Amino acid sequence: MDNTVEVTMTVNGETVTRRVEARTNLVDFLRTEVGLTGSHVGCEHGVCGACTVRVDGRIVRGCLMVAAQADGAKVWTVEGLTDTGELRALQDAFVERNALQCGFCTPGMLITLAELMQKNPDADRQEIREFISGNYCRCTGYQAIVDAFEMARGRAGAAE
Amino acid sequence: MSDIVTDRWILDRPNSYIGRSVPRPNARRLAEGRGTFVDDVEMKRMVHAAFVRSPHARARMRSIDTAAAKKAPGVLAVVTGKELAEIHDPWVGVLTHLEGIKSPPQYALPLDTANWQGEAVVAVVANTRAQAEDAAELVAIDWEVLPAVTDAETALDPATPLIHESMGDNLTWRRRANFGDVDAAYAEADHVIEETFVFGRHTGVTLEPRAILAEFDPAEEQLTVWHNNQCPHMIQNILATHYRLEEHKVRVITRDVGGSFGIKVHTYADEIATVGLSILLKRPVKFIADRLESFLTDIHARDHRVKGKIALKNDGTILAFEIDDLTGIGPYSMYPRTSGIEANQVVNMIGGPYRFSNYRAVASVVFQNKNMMCQYRAVGHPIKCAVTEGLVEEAARQIGMDPVALRRHNFHKDGSYPVKSVQGLPFENLSHEESMTKLLAAMDYDALRADRDAKRKEGVYRGIGFASFIEVTNPSAMFYGVGGARISAQDGATMRLDAKGNVYVSTGATEQGQGMEAVISQVAATAVGVPVERLKIITGDTEHTPYGGGTWGSRAAGIGGEAVAQAGRALRMQILDAAAAMLQEDKSSLDIRNGVVVDDATGNERISLAEIGRICYYRPDTLPDGFQAELVATRHYVPRKYPFAFTNGAQACYLEVDTDTGFVKILNLWCIEDCGTVINPLLVDEQIRGGVVQGLGGALWEECLYDADGQMLNGNMADYLVPMAAELPDIECGHAVSPTADSDLGAKGAGEAGTCGAPAVVMNALNDALTPFGAKLTSMPFTPKKILTALGKI
Repeated sequence: MDNTVEVTMTVNGETVTRRVEARTNLVDFLRTEVGLTGSHVGCEHGVCGACTVRVDGRIVRGCLMVAAQADGAKVWTVEGLTDTGELRALQDAFVERNALQCGFCTPGMLITLAELMQKNPDADRQEIREFISGNYCRCTGYQAIVDAFEMARGRAGAAE
Repeated sequence: MSDIVTDRWILDRPNSYIGRSVPRPNARRLAEGRGTFVDDVEMKRMVHAAFVRSPHARARMRSIDTAAAKKAPGVLAVVTGKELAEIHDPWVGVLTHLEGIKSPPQYALPLDTANWQGEAVVAVVANTRAQAEDAAELVAIDWEVLPAVTDAETALDPATPLIHESMGDNLTWRRRANFGDVDAAYAEADHVIEETFVFGRHTGVTLEPRAILAEFDPAEEQLTVWHNNQCPHMIQNILATHYRLEEHKVRVITRDVGGSFGIKVHTYADEIATVGLSILLKRPVKFIADRLESFLTDIHARDHRVKGKIALKNDGTILAFEIDDLTGIGPYSMYPRTSGIEANQVVNMIGGPYRFSNYRAVASVVFQNKNMMCQYRAVGHPIKCAVTEGLVEEAARQIGMDPVALRRHNFHKDGSYPVKSVQGLPFENLSHEESMTKLLAAMDYDALRADRDAKRKEGVYRGIGFASFIEVTNPSAMFYGVGGARISAQDGATMRLDAKGNVYVSTGATEQGQGMEAVISQVAATAVGVPVERLKIITGDTEHTPYGGGTWGSRAAGIGGEAVAQAGRALRMQILDAAAAMLQEDKSSLDIRNGVVVDDATGNERISLAEIGRICYYRPDTLPDGFQAELVATRHYVPRKYPFAFTNGAQACYLEVDTDTGFVKILNLWCIEDCGTVINPLLVDEQIRGGVVQGLGGALWEECLYDADGQMLNGNMADYLVPMAAELPDIECGHAVSPTADSDLGAKGAGEAGTCGAPAVVMNALNDALTPFGAKLTSMPFTPKKILTALGKI
């Protein structure tokens, strides 16, 4: 029985076609088939948020979506969003404020915060905290991450 | 004051980076998703391991049928414990300085009996992890289920089965301590207060699971292991010892580590098995624990029941402490640190901030059929702190004294050091009084009390809780080495100048996200006199770094950093020797500042380091006869004057309890920490904040729940609750600074303070809030159910 499926998607602006086992989830596809190891696998049951990527403009958990579901989709990972510069202000603030320690949650956290930056850039601290409540960070205690979002927002505003 | 005088030259260097919040050199790479975690590494012919794990807490394998699994798609090998035992030697997690501790031999896979639910029993290797997992389901084991020992309280009862017949009983270790005359103190006391404290089993939940990629080259008998551990040299020694290899034939490479917190500092049987699989298959084998495996096999921590007593006079003078600690540690004592150290720390550190003369303790460490327990961040600290500070606040309540006043009455006085604790441990230089003063100012204690009392009248129940504490950091060989463990307390650093005037720094300390690379770069740059941008930091590779202990016990900055300071100074002298030879100057008239050799007196530029590198490496013919430039310096350091650099701190918490739902909201949390010289204030504060939040986890949410048969009930992230962003407060940090005179740098560790104090302040604040109800909670985590039960509402 053939349990493979051919999948074509646009990953960070590049067209990618692979034949994979149908059960392959999106984050494993990105990591092992495309070689984009910036998206991390933390729980594989949709809780920790380390595998957060952007699919057709919305954040999703790469472990809860099989690659076949992303057939035809536009997928962005931390690598691509770094290259486009979209994450730059957040990344600068993360480095300056030490909003990452081990860095394992950071790519997913940044992609989540980038969505907040689009949807509600004026979010107050509690709103920021609630928005990242699907992204576990075991190192920082989150305060520096909230601070970094506020710093990045200020800079984005100053640049406009 | 301390009787040791050190030259604080490193703090007086021009262009010093010490005390500045320099960004971490590795942070941007991680923020761009360019880290190298073990699972990011791929190799030619690499295959994947998965494990059959015991579904029972205790069961014997009558037979193992691997035939179907071996025929499954992609499968290369199915290996049992007996097969793997042919190529490795078992280990025993005991240390001689924990007198009487015992544990049976542990193998990479058990020979016949599984002793906890989740213990790996059969290994499967396949081309993909998914194929290996599929095949693992086809391994048929005929289990003879045996009665499981799960309750530590009854583990030693005569009716309880023996987990290991060879051990004679279920007692791993017992320590008794007796100082002064506790019974006489009770007779003299106006108050003897007794409480029982319970600390739930919890675990580290590093976001990156345990991971190993082992590659064995039989032609050279060379084992190369990519491993996300805290101590590469320790793992090198363990793998060489137990796989009968020469140590230089084992290379351990540790790149980025996705959180460790003490979880990744132990000998995990499934990781040792993975190494064996690579030896058997002669090709790279990768094993990445999945989250369910992590919950069942990453070490668990705490799980103590402590009966504590305090004796006081009416004026608040503490006369005595007494404890009876019981902890269950799973079926084996963890190798090589043992599972007795946490209880030992509790015994050693009870009553730490206070002057008193009478102390009695017994700690019992017992085997049980649950996952193994061992050292996790702030080993023993949250327990000794909550017991000590819980008793102190209960005493204040009963005496009718302010809890801060009671503490101040009993503190070791600032300026009275060095002193010895009642247990005989030397405190070099602590600052309990100053830390408390700063804490009260930061929190505005008087205003908080007024707010609490006003809210109480409105039916809003808020509480204030304090904790003062000591922490063990910068551990010397007295911690493990003296007991026979091959765990390095010392650390080395090698620094060299390249031909362009840049400096390579190799260190035995390791980065786990705490910011060690930044701290090392600050110390190195300051010691030599170059900008941090001119440094390359090399860590985590046993072939390319000096022998060192890695990261544990808050040692990387204080010990690894001091080795770098000394190596950097030596390299500066070497560079100045070369410069003096080139310039025909007296070396003492020269210095290095901002990457340039200058006249010490005027600061005028004389020659760049790039020019020194060029001449020394390409045109040594132009140097004076008889002068050979040496531009590599290595230094090692270990604390010798004190066995540990004790640090101290003070925390406070303000919280609100919803007495209808039992939910607790932390409103504010403050921490003043004295970690000696602060090398990087931002990183220290973030260590404290992260540590506080891990402590809050144990206090409020985290618990590994088991049923009576030894089945873990919540081994997934949805059911095991870790602190998340929305339920946490901002945490305010401050500092007192009492450097250690055991090093020139004067830095002590900062990684334990937050986790040490947070459970105590939550407990104390919670009980303060519930004072009007006469409710008392001392069993962590403080779940809504426990709170409502204490309130009599359910």
